[in-house]
Amino acid sequence: MSIEIQNITKRFPGYTALDNISLKVATGELIALLGPSGCGKTTLLRIIAGLETADVGSIILENRDTTNLPARSKNVGFVFQHYALFRRLNVFDNVAFGLTVKPASERPSKQDIRDRVMHLLKLVQMDWAAKRYPSQLSGGQRQRVALARALAVNPKVLLLDEPFSALDAKVRQELRRWLRKLHDDIHVTSIFVTHDQEEALELADRIVVINKGKIEQEGTPQEVYDHPANSFVYNFLGNVNVFHGRVRNGKVVLGQPLPDERRELNGHEVKTGQAFIRPHDIGISKIRNGNDHPGVIRDIRLTGSQITLELESAGFDTPIEAEISRETWRNLELSKGEEVYITLDKARVFTGDFEI
Amino acid sequence: MQQRQNHTASPSRTPAKNDPLAVQAVLIGLTLLFFAGFIFMPLALVFSQALSKGWQLYIDAIREPVALEAVKLTLLTASIVVPINAVFGVTAAWAISKFSFKGKTLLVSLLDLPFAVSPVIAGLIFVLLLGSRTPFGSWLGDHGIKIIFATPGIVIATLFITFPFVARELIPLMESQGREEEEAAITLGAGGWRLFRMITLPNIGWGLMYGMVLCTARSIGEFGAVSVVSGHIRGMTNTIPLHVEILYSEYNYTASFAVASILVFLALVTIGVKTALEQRLEGSHNTRH
Ligand SMILES: Nc1ncnc2c1ncn2[C@@H]1O[C@H](COP(=O)(O)OP(=O)(O)O)[C@@H](O)[C@H]1O
Ligand SMILES: [Mg+2]
Repeated sequence: MSIEIQNITKRFPGYTALDNISLKVATGELIALLGPSGCGKTTLLRIIAGLETADVGSIILENRDTTNLPARSKNVGFVFQHYALFRRLNVFDNVAFGLTVKPASERPSKQDIRDRVMHLLKLVQMDWAAKRYPSQLSGGQRQRVALARALAVNPKVLLLDEPFSALDAKVRQELRRWLRKLHDDIHVTSIFVTHDQEEALELADRIVVINKGKIEQEGTPQEVYDHPANSFVYNFLGNVNVFHGRVRNGKVVLGQPLPDERRELNGHEVKTGQAFIRPHDIGISKIRNGNDHPGVIRDIRLTGSQITLELESAGFDTPIEAEISRETWRNLELSKGEEVYITLDKARVFTGDFEI
Repeated sequence: MQQRQNHTASPSRTPAKNDPLAVQAVLIGLTLLFFAGFIFMPLALVFSQALSKGWQLYIDAIREPVALEAVKLTLLTASIVVPINAVFGVTAAWAISKFSFKGKTLLVSLLDLPFAVSPVIAGLIFVLLLGSRTPFGSWLGDHGIKIIFATPGIVIATLFITFPFVARELIPLMESQGREEEEAAITLGAGGWRLFRMITLPNIGWGLMYGMVLCTARSIGEFGAVSVVSGHIRGMTNTIPLHVEILYSEYNYTASFAVASILVFLALVTIGVKTALEQRLEGSHNTRH
């Protein structure tokens, strides 16, 4: 089932939570809505599910306008951030709930319900806990049960609201991969909400970056990571160094303006903006070439498989963070306090609205 | 999350252990003295007075027709009032805790009105509203319906006095549980009555029972408001507390205390049930964090 979100606007008293959002999700696709806390992700999901009504706009599910359908008739699976399992029902009854509340004419037989619930519990690897109560399960286990519960009614679409955010890092990573595999098996059209860029990059077919109720960019994980549309996306996806940058005579110049440039700045010949470069795009060498900036290594940190260098360079008011492989580090034989040359060629400058 | 940090911030310390033994002894002693003076002694007194002239007189006092009528009326009142206030309490708590609407704060404050107003005044309000000398009361009287100085008046006054108990108990419980379970049930296709019966009611079950126990206890024991609207007609509009008072004012102490011992007994049962429910209730609050 495809999802089409058309011009959705939602205002709360004194606050616009969603500002004219339009988005299409193809059948079988898994997209991630990525944005900082408070940007309107949950509100959008709730509007799709019918738990909240939009002020403007419509929601089309598989070519059918469902904007005014009550939530209980939408057949949308919702997985909540804090699981929302029924505390007075055991795992089996939680998963069976959606089937047992169907009107008598559509309700499967007891045996069929049993089979379907057990099948789903196996799918989420929770069949051993059918008789347990939610309070007897860990967070990760609860969320898997919640997923099975949502899938039980064969929803047209699956909406997941930061489903793993309350779990610790290790479990989160495991479940993320597990969910991706599960999606490859069952192919239900899904919207996955997260504020964790790593999660979005690893999980989604497509990422939609949202900020302050507006879509900043959408594209494949590689597109948004390698070609951020603007400074917000650059900042939000991954570590990044931000510098003052200028464009002079068609060329990008980084660092503080030089005295003679200041005059030009006032004459508007030079455009200022922010320059972005990811730590791993920074080149480090011991020999100067081209427009390399000289710098001093202030700190060397081991971060897993990479080495992070903290560099100081004249003209840059903030320290520069660079990431190099262990191999490069060994080959260059770098040490604290040493002078090196820093290549920032891959930096991208955004001046106002457009990018160079 | 924050709570967890607070817990680990400083190693826990039980102040009592560090206080001098004498302070401990004095504090415990004072508490016990208070309990003895204000709770155990009166309780013992009630029973000893009730039984001062032997079991026979005690049983006679309780089995006297007028006393039995009072017990009957009290139980009848409670059995009407408690279900009505349970329904009202659930409805009010649901509306207050799960929706936001205009005038909500006012409604919450009004909920406390019966606690704030003296029961005697509450009774007077109903006499002024529904008494036979008011337009509405005389109209009812013309149609053969008597409210004041009759059972309906007692029920209405008791309804008013006890309506906050269930709602007051449920509002914080429902607020702590949030709406998510209900929303999950809705997205799974449940609605209306099914949603209430399968999700909401089980979740608030213990709290509801607890509120109903408090409501029962108060409706059995209510004196002031009922006294004003009842007219004290023996064997007709006397509840247990009113009957106790009448016997007492007639210097019939033994009978008075005998009937009072029924109230004490009911109160002890209430406390027992309440304690049992309190333990269950702790599990109902949200344990998410
Ligand atoms: N019921 C509500 N009433 C008022 N403001 C709300 C309500 N729900 C959400 N908001 C506001 O809308 C904004 C977006 O919220 P939300 O969609 O929950 O963000 P996210 O899920 O991205 O963190 C927030 O600023 C939040 O305070
Ligand atoms: Mg959210």
